[in-house]
Amino acid sequence: MERLDDIIAAHEGREGPLLPILHDVQATFGQVSEEAIRAIALALNLTRAEVHGVVSFYHDFSETPDPHPPVRLCRAEACQARGVEALVASLDPATRGKLGTVYCLGLCSVGPGAIVGDTVHARLDADALAALVEQTK
Amino acid sequence: MSALVRISDDALALACGADAVAAAFEAAGAKVERVSSWGMHWLEPLVDMNGIGWGPVGPDDVRAILDGGLDDKCIGPIAAHSFIAGQQRFTFARAGKTRPLSLDDYAASGGWEGLRKAREIGPEATVEAVTRSGLRGRGGAGFPAGIKWRTVAQAAGEAKYIVCNADEGDSGTFSDRMVMEGDPFMLIEGMAVAAHAVGAERGYVYIRSEYPHAIRKMQAAISASADLVAPFEIEVRVGAGAYVCGEETSLLNSLEGKRGEVRAKPPLPAIEGLFGKPTVVNNVLTLAAVPWIMANGADAYAAVGFGRSKGTMPIQIAGNVRHGGLFEVGFGITLGELVNEIGGGTASGRPVRAVQVGGPLGAYHPPSDFGLPFDYEAFAAADGLIGHAGIVVFDDSVDMAAQARFAMEFCAAESCGKCTPCRLGAVRGMEVIDRIRAGAGRELETLERMPQMHNMPKQGRDTADEIALLTDLCETMKFGSLCALGGFTPYPVMSALKHWPEDFGAK
Repeated sequence: MERLDDIIAAHEGREGPLLPILHDVQATFGQVSEEAIRAIALALNLTRAEVHGVVSFYHDFSETPDPHPPVRLCRAEACQARGVEALVASLDPATRGKLGTVYCLGLCSVGPGAIVGDTVHARLDADALAALVEQTK
Repeated sequence: MSALVRISDDALALACGADAVAAAFEAAGAKVERVSSWGMHWLEPLVDMNGIGWGPVGPDDVRAILDGGLDDKCIGPIAAHSFIAGQQRFTFARAGKTRPLSLDDYAASGGWEGLRKAREIGPEATVEAVTRSGLRGRGGAGFPAGIKWRTVAQAAGEAKYIVCNADEGDSGTFSDRMVMEGDPFMLIEGMAVAAHAVGAERGYVYIRSEYPHAIRKMQAAISASADLVAPFEIEVRVGAGAYVCGEETSLLNSLEGKRGEVRAKPPLPAIEGLFGKPTVVNNVLTLAAVPWIMANGADAYAAVGFGRSKGTMPIQIAGNVRHGGLFEVGFGITLGELVNEIGGGTASGRPVRAVQVGGPLGAYHPPSDFGLPFDYEAFAAADGLIGHAGIVVFDDSVDMAAQARFAMEFCAAESCGKCTPCRLGAVRGMEVIDRIRAGAGRELETLERMPQMHNMPKQGRDTADEIALLTDLCETMKFGSLCALGGFTPYPVMSALKHWPEDFGAK
């Protein structure tokens, strides 16, 4: 499914196909570009404004190439209780700058947790987190 | 004969390194079965060999376990461990015991019995059984499931839908994830019973994108069991990182391919839900409780519990706690028992200062609330809520004013923008809390000092005025917001202010 038209065609006939299409477009191209929005709007009989509204509403979609760094660290309450903020403060600024944020991975009893692509990590300390950032550069 | 070891393949076990442990056992000649998690998370990766457990195990421990050693990590018979023996597992009866995607394991452990029973007694009696069981919506609102089902069953309409809310975004909760990754057929069976009861032919499971393992397991389980639940069809839909989509009307909009904005109610989703059709929207735990109720009888379920909260609740113990994990028990257990006896106090060894119950929108409770029984009404009476039954423990290093600010910040970031109290209130709330924490009060601005501004206060605000303003703002958000995001954000804020005024600069 390399091409936009193929992605759109693959979802033909589904109920409420916009989010599944956007997920595939984001995964394939790393962004949902202006051009993609135009094509999707045309195919689904929506206005470009409507599609843009959906793209901009959800954190997972971006109109510019994906700004999310590959390592996303959980900063929600349970990981806060397990010291994630102190962990972040202890990192050197260069490493800190490469971290993305996620709110909850369901690893709340073994935090701080992080996700890289589809791989999850738990019980992170400063060394483990720095190593993770280093590996996924 | 080579040894058989059982290791969980749940996302939490994987995050703790279960794959490396499994690979090490295989390399050492053992046969490895990947099962669901027992829910004793501090012991993951937990290795189960003939019912005896070791944890947490690393790849270097494998040789010692196979040689019959490693006594310091051995917990003895797993099922007899005090954390497990103290539970009443209805929904999590199979946890740790079966392979999540094995239809044989599922059928051999009583699977599909509930659906068979429902088909035998018919739709009306099924709705009646769920009503009589006293099952209440496990997503947080606690609305009786049977009444919701009845409304959908009686609603006019050709097409009806079953929507499973698996957008488990609350920090401190992971039971939905564990059901989907550990016992996906049970959720499918629950949805099929619901579909049979209300006359629906299509169902959707809306799973958050932060749960890639749950998404894959549910998709695999749905295709493997398609024939068993036919003509009912289920499809997984993936969320896109919006917390507010856990709210049912916002979830429906998201499923329809729209912005995840909240809808005003009425109309109720039970009357006009997905694509305007009558729709049952239930949480994962609600639907997952149904097969047990159908198979074992409504009365057996209703016999457990406390007050109007019937049955069991899979409670999730998380945060700074020694023994975190999943603890399913009848309603009525006290908060103190959960934190101190079962959870074993804080992981850091410092005193407990606060416990947040019910996710980011739940109240913070001080240890003086530890006598509270786990019950919807009891928590509501104590200005709190059970929510999705996640409890997050904090030690005495926590700054409660910072937690209150975080609640507002989170609400501001995740607000769908539809209603003003939530959209603007959260941002203003953050600013007020910042000024309270700085302790400087607020001076009048040039414009406010002008003689034409008759209605302006004549002097600036000190911290006491700011706290009054925050209280007033919280009232507005609580009663003026369309949904629980803006409506419940005041719970963590006001509870922090009430119980820990010293953190807000009070002398």
